[in-house]
Amino acid sequence: MTTGVADPGQVSGGARPGDPRPGRARRGLIPHVTPSPALARAGKLTARIGGPALLVTYLSLLVILPVAALVTNAFSGGWSTFWAAVSSPESVSALQLTLALSAIVAVVNSIAGLAIAWVLVRDDFRGKALISAVIDLPFALPTVVAGLTLLALYGPSSPFHVNLAGTRLGVAAALLFVTLPFCVRSVQPVLAELDAEIEEAAASLGATHRQVLLRVVLPSLLPSALAGAGLAFARAVGEFGSIVLISGNLPFKTQVASSWIYDLFQNDELPQASAVSIVLVLIALIVLVAIGWARRRFDITEQV
Amino acid sequence: MSAPVGRRRWRLPLRFAVLLYLALLILLPVGMVFFRAFQHGLGAAWDAISAPDSLHALWLTLLVALIAVPLNTIFGVGVSLILARHRFPGAWLLDALVDIPLAISPVVIGLALILVYGKTGWFGNWLAQHGITVIFSVPGIVMAAAAVSLPYVVREVLPVLQEIGTEQEQAARTLGAGSITVFRRITLPNIRRGLAYGVTLTTARVMGEFGAVAIVSGAIAGKTETMPLFISDSIDNLDPQSAYIGAVALCLAALIVLTVLTVSDRKRDEWHGKAQA
Repeated sequence: MTTGVADPGQVSGGARPGDPRPGRARRGLIPHVTPSPALARAGKLTARIGGPALLVTYLSLLVILPVAALVTNAFSGGWSTFWAAVSSPESVSALQLTLALSAIVAVVNSIAGLAIAWVLVRDDFRGKALISAVIDLPFALPTVVAGLTLLALYGPSSPFHVNLAGTRLGVAAALLFVTLPFCVRSVQPVLAELDAEIEEAAASLGATHRQVLLRVVLPSLLPSALAGAGLAFARAVGEFGSIVLISGNLPFKTQVASSWIYDLFQNDELPQASAVSIVLVLIALIVLVAIGWARRRFDITEQV
Repeated sequence: MSAPVGRRRWRLPLRFAVLLYLALLILLPVGMVFFRAFQHGLGAAWDAISAPDSLHALWLTLLVALIAVPLNTIFGVGVSLILARHRFPGAWLLDALVDIPLAISPVVIGLALILVYGKTGWFGNWLAQHGITVIFSVPGIVMAAAAVSLPYVVREVLPVLQEIGTEQEQAARTLGAGSITVFRRITLPNIRRGLAYGVTLTTARVMGEFGAVAIVSGAIAGKTETMPLFISDSIDNLDPQSAYIGAVALCLAALIVLTVLTVSDRKRDEWHGKAQA
């Protein structure tokens, strides 16, 4: 056993100075896995370097290099070109609309999400399991299909004679559709764990229903509801597929940031497209980092 | 449940409001697509789905999934194993990088891929010299679909690996099992449910991806059009019948996904329950 523990540090330390990752990982840290001596054999050693190297290559080809290229391209014309692209009237309008709609959608779906989670956890009726599955449908359904479903019901040939095509309300409906699961699934498990006895205790001590709701239930749901709203917001900011069919992509009216980036790309204005992309990515990153921080700070279990 | 009596007053109105919201936002629209698809009879629907461009879109969607999903599965399990079993400087960076696609609009991911592999991109010259076309062809579509769905397997498998710890694996190793045997006999059975969930999410995303693929593929009908692109193209070309029946095909795929998710979710909960007990 003891040789087994000592083995990997020695072998990995000496064998590949060029690749410090796995070597350093083992030294002086918790010995997670105790490899058999056989593992130290040369063939397996190459496999152990080769594996991580392949994974990092894959990640580089798909994510790291493209993101680096995006940043480089956005600033390829210098700061002034970047600023010109970001502050053009179309860009400002598209970014404003994206932020406003995403915020509204996050708020509306957080309230709806609380209500839906409440019904799923506290209510009981036939077909409840089906409702629970319906909540996940936007996760499973391709975004274009989501857009098409809304167009079928609320488009030019709507059986209700409600035509949302080419309106901001239509874009909002698409965003509500795709972000709903985030808002429900973040609150639901917390509500399920919530002890009904605490509410009963509050009620038996003379609290009214309103007081129980406002002082006991909502405060314990608030962090997870906010996390859900943040996820919904981040998703809505970058959403594209569900919007294209219903928005009509009208500049200054229904053109969201991702559609505007797509247009810039189509017109071969790559640096401009990259510049607006950078702003969009930064907004989503800030929100997601904030959620991550809040999760650790308030110890919210990750569910979505 | 012994909820206070007064709360019952709100139960039915709330239930009604929730059902109405879900009906108007999700159920009725999805139902409408099915209605529209078969509105003009089964024959018209069949003609639309069996048209060459439509069939090609279905085939391409499947092909992309067949390549991208296994790649992302291997990557996801590999990264999860590294992050769960080793501690090294920069682990947080790897963890964060894997999540990047969740924070980036799919359109932006497509654009970023163009900037590396496109004609004027970083590798554009090199690729052209070697006669490799990535952008506007299948490799580019696969890369776009793989990039957007990169985080799902890691996000599902990593927590399970962290939870189960390494006692069983260590025991197997001391009994003389090699790494492959340990992975196959101990690790894999433990992460099976989380892996199934992650792979299913990946498949759904890969088959349904629109924004990134739209940019990278150039959406050439009958050549680089996956089903989601074909649907959008059909609407633009005033051919809603093809769009609706294509959407029904993807809806049915989503239904399978949903079933797997619901079942493995329940199993996952049971498993967690057992682990805690």
